[in-house]
Amino acid sequence: MSFRWRKSLFVLSAAAFFAFYLWGLRGLPGLGHYPGPYGDIINAVVVSERHVTDAVTAVNFDYRGFDTLGEEFILFASVMGAMVLLRKSEDEEIDPPLDFAPDRVAPPMSDAVHLLGFLLAGPLLVFGLYTVTHGQLTPGGGFQGGVILASVPLMIYLSADYECFCRITSHTLAEVAEAAAAGGFALLGLIALLFGLPYLQNFLPLGETGNVASGGSIALISFLTGVEVAAGFVLLMMVFFSEAFVLRAIGEDKPEKKQKTRP
Amino acid sequence: MTYLPYFVAAWLLIVGLYGIITSRHLVHLIMCLVVVQTSTYVLLLAIGFRYGAIAPVFADVPVGTPAVDSVVQALMLTDIVVEATVVALLLALAIKAHERTGSADPENLGLMRG
Repeated sequence: MSFRWRKSLFVLSAAAFFAFYLWGLRGLPGLGHYPGPYGDIINAVVVSERHVTDAVTAVNFDYRGFDTLGEEFILFASVMGAMVLLRKSEDEEIDPPLDFAPDRVAPPMSDAVHLLGFLLAGPLLVFGLYTVTHGQLTPGGGFQGGVILASVPLMIYLSADYECFCRITSHTLAEVAEAAAAGGFALLGLIALLFGLPYLQNFLPLGETGNVASGGSIALISFLTGVEVAAGFVLLMMVFFSEAFVLRAIGEDKPEKKQKTRP
Repeated sequence: MTYLPYFVAAWLLIVGLYGIITSRHLVHLIMCLVVVQTSTYVLLLAIGFRYGAIAPVFADVPVGTPAVDSVVQALMLTDIVVEATVVALLLALAIKAHERTGSADPENLGLMRG
């Protein structure tokens, strides 16, 4: 299909979509007039039912926990997929990296970036741990905290260099942590089955509202999610960094050679 | 009654789709997909929004204070993080496609190679 045809087909279907969308909007309440009821019900019962003050975390790791399990395995599968795709095959040379543009010098990282990375690494680690562990009380939880934790090695990389990044991260540890956290989430649901409860039912003591150790299994699942997200992002950084720093120069001349030999 | 966020969502969807079908570079295509996905965030958060309401966190306010919908917020929250890893997967695919075909143009992906 030619470019022009594709474009005109798109304009037609976009116009049709927009007409249907406008028609559908007539049945929606205007902005700021949320009619409920699901959010309202959860907001009303969450504190007394689960002893948790952040309704969003309670929805994520309890009321909608099964759905979050599915989402977490999307995350797990994506990280695994990226790692499998970017794995080093045997015919790729790893060392030493070739530089195809030796005359062009990479611009040096500015001192401001070095300093900021150095200053942020510590506070981000503490903030990430705080966000992961306090998701049941204040906005936060495993997903947000995990990303913040994963940014710590990134700050180390920015403030030092790639070798330093490699020194503080461990591929094996990150892999084991990710797998254990993902498996732990699924296993926690199975433990509920042992007590004769539905899958992923909150079976731990709920504790006192406002306390860090409240919410039963919500806090535990949030922590496991935080570990998985952090480990997953660190793994992604590792495979992309190794792709960029080691294989960039070597891998690229192969397809060109192939094309040249083709008639 | 204002419907502005709903139109923003539709605009993001259409603009992202237009970018995808006219894209000449795989990384650009992936970024367009991210724009398309952003439209779902705008739409769902707009549906759950309520004037004068607080975020659904009752740490220092009494239960019963009008709050926005917590369900759509939870949906968005997980999706933003999961989406980032899916984008990483797609970028890995783009790197491999570029290694195989020597081109980052999606038009060249359909060609058979022996």
